Amino acid sequence: MGKQINVALIGNPNTGKTSVFNALTGLNQKVGNYPGITVEKKEGICKLPRGVKAHIIDLPGTYSLNASSLDENVVIELLLNKNDKDFPDVAVVVSDVENLKRNLLLFTQIKDLEIPTILVINMADRMDYKGISLNIGYLEERLNTKIALVSTRKKEGIDNLKELIANYKDISITPCLNASEIDKTYFDNLRKAFPNQLLYKLWLVITQDVNFGKTDRKEIEDVTSFKTKSKADLKRLQQKETIKRYQFINDVLKVGQTIDLENAKDLRIKLDRIITHKVWGYLIFGIILLTIFQAIYDWSSVPMDFIDSAFASLSEWTKNQLPQGAFTNLLAEGIIPGLGGIVIFIPQIAFLFLFISVLEESGYMSRVVFLMDRVMRRFGLSGKSVVPLISGTACAIPAIMATRNIESWKERLITILVTPFTTCSARLPVYLIIIALVIPEGRFFGLGYQALTLMLLYLIGFGTAVLSAYILNKILKIKSRSFFVVEMPNYKLPLFKNVALAVVEKTKSFVFGAGKIILAISIILWFLASYGPNENFNNAETIVKTELANQNLNEDELQQKIASHKLEHSFIGITGRAIEPVIRPLGYDWKIGIAIVSSFAAREVFVGTLATIYSVGSDEEETIKNRMAGEVNPILGGPLFNFASGISLLLFYAFAMQCMSTLAIVKRETNSWKWPVLQLTIMSSFAYIVALIAFQVLK
Amino acid sequence: MQYTIAHLKRGERGIITDVSSKLIPLKLLEMGCLPGNTVELVQVAPFQDPMYLNINGSHLAIRKETAIHILIEKING
Repeated sequence: MGKQINVALIGNPNTGKTSVFNALTGLNQKVGNYPGITVEKKEGICKLPRGVKAHIIDLPGTYSLNASSLDENVVIELLLNKNDKDFPDVAVVVSDVENLKRNLLLFTQIKDLEIPTILVINMADRMDYKGISLNIGYLEERLNTKIALVSTRKKEGIDNLKELIANYKDISITPCLNASEIDKTYFDNLRKAFPNQLLYKLWLVITQDVNFGKTDRKEIEDVTSFKTKSKADLKRLQQKETIKRYQFINDVLKVGQTIDLENAKDLRIKLDRIITHKVWGYLIFGIILLTIFQAIYDWSSVPMDFIDSAFASLSEWTKNQLPQGAFTNLLAEGIIPGLGGIVIFIPQIAFLFLFISVLEESGYMSRVVFLMDRVMRRFGLSGKSVVPLISGTACAIPAIMATRNIESWKERLITILVTPFTTCSARLPVYLIIIALVIPEGRFFGLGYQALTLMLLYLIGFGTAVLSAYILNKILKIKSRSFFVVEMPNYKLPLFKNVALAVVEKTKSFVFGAGKIILAISIILWFLASYGPNENFNNAETIVKTELANQNLNEDELQQKIASHKLEHSFIGITGRAIEPVIRPLGYDWKIGIAIVSSFAAREVFVGTLATIYSVGSDEEETIKNRMAGEVNPILGGPLFNFASGISLLLFYAFAMQCMSTLAIVKRETNSWKWPVLQLTIMSSFAYIVALIAFQVLK
Repeated sequence: MQYTIAHLKRGERGIITDVSSKLIPLKLLEMGCLPGNTVELVQVAPFQDPMYLNINGSHLAIRKETAIHILIEKING
């Protein structure tokens, strides 16, 4: 086995780079993070002809090598660092046949770094439709490269690309143009000062410091001493460089590409006339949102009911099959119900990610940015805040990372601070089970009450996010210049493979990420609920029997009493009792209190915790929902989960900052503890007050 | 009168003449907003802001506050 070839996939956003990555690697891919930063790192293995293997990295999309965000900076850091273990033997620049001119800008920059570079012209199936024809031979000659015409949609050209990667050593490393001509004297001096370094690399390091703050790089000597030009002058040079590159590209494309406008069809214009329309645009957006919520609720109820009862039977089966003892109890009462509490939400989370990835893949998300910018700006946000706010319905963590392409720091900070108000998928488990318990089943204009309640909760989430943004905008005194540039990509039918991989990947990371925490907490809770510190717990049976000796209870009722006495005097019961005074005004008992405390790690733990608490000591095969419905309020009587306490709980979870991971991400993205701490105190005290008012008014 | 992109009405076109203002980000230039290129106003959101442009085949949206700094010559017809 020979050495693996390191391949870096680079390209503008919206060129189908990820489709090419998926086509090359299939399921042999993994998603991680770059060390120390939260930028997603996608890598995979691809089998090439003649038994060679390639290690492929899908770098974040970028328009050029002049970084203006953390994501783009990753690309440059890798390309400038020859010692990085991922440094590419060959770069594959993915371009879109309809935007070749713009895509070639990045290509010519990478060529200047003298890395062997292959040009992929993707979406080749669109050429006829758009009346585009290319002179590949001429383009290869002028650009000093090999070109692969690829259509990931029609699965064409991938084998050819693999062949080119395998033979990367044949590819010329001569740059296409001489960028140093933009200022001869400056670049001559630079060359003299660092004779051993690649000129363009030096230039990138210098301008990157300007754009992005000082970077720490060992193999290049300090260039700080060489800033003979002011920042403004350097920026002007970068403009000149861009213009020069475009001159070259125009020159090449004049011969290499012909576009027959007579034959070009443009569906985009017709679609955009409606989709970005002043009235219809907003209407369509509203209908899409409505459909998503109704669908999440209706479509996933069948698999969810199935999972719920399957886990209940599994738990019962385990208890009957395995020999009695602590381990069996741990498994049947701690681990299985805990896992059930997470598995049950896979259908809904998968649907949510399905919708989000379809909206992104199709190009619709950019239209939403366009439509919403003006409205959002009134609240101190940007049109680009809509994407984090919508993906916040999946999870606040990727959503907060998605704020990175918001150019203005103030708009970005406000977006980060308010995003956790949007209803994330971890709130869904809590909402669903409580809605199922306290909201009646009727229908209103064909929409179920329960679905409407859920929709209302989502609206409350968005509304609070937007309102708090408005307040923050008034309070925060940050001056920052805002640039707003957003590409409006062509409409595309989403590729099944891309959507499917995104859904599987995101669901998997949700389940395993949250699953680990939930499993650990379930086990701890089981121990705390199954053991107690004193006689009251250990002699529960005798105590209960003597107390109730004259009440003529049958065996079942007696067992029930003993179990609940034990639970009350277990470690968890004692802790719960201690915090009960704080939460009683909200209509909760100590069991809910424990669930709230443990779900501070992650909201979805709430359901798992209740499942564990309720199943300890019970012999019946019961679903979580039925157990909760059977709980009685110890003080007021009647069901514990009634309309008042249910609404109070729903509102508490709508506003409270119950997620450690989000706080960690906010700390990382804002680089200060100030913002996450502020978020935690304000959100959680607000939640407490609202829940208190709700219960006191409704009870 | 000196025209800018902000003066365009929906469907109108112009040729970019100057982008030297400091208030124009480099990113916009990289996306093709350069002197000599044709710009067409494809669509505007309510209050003429943001503006959805087609600059030589590159489709992008910018805010009015940026558009007023990009000088153009109007193309009639």
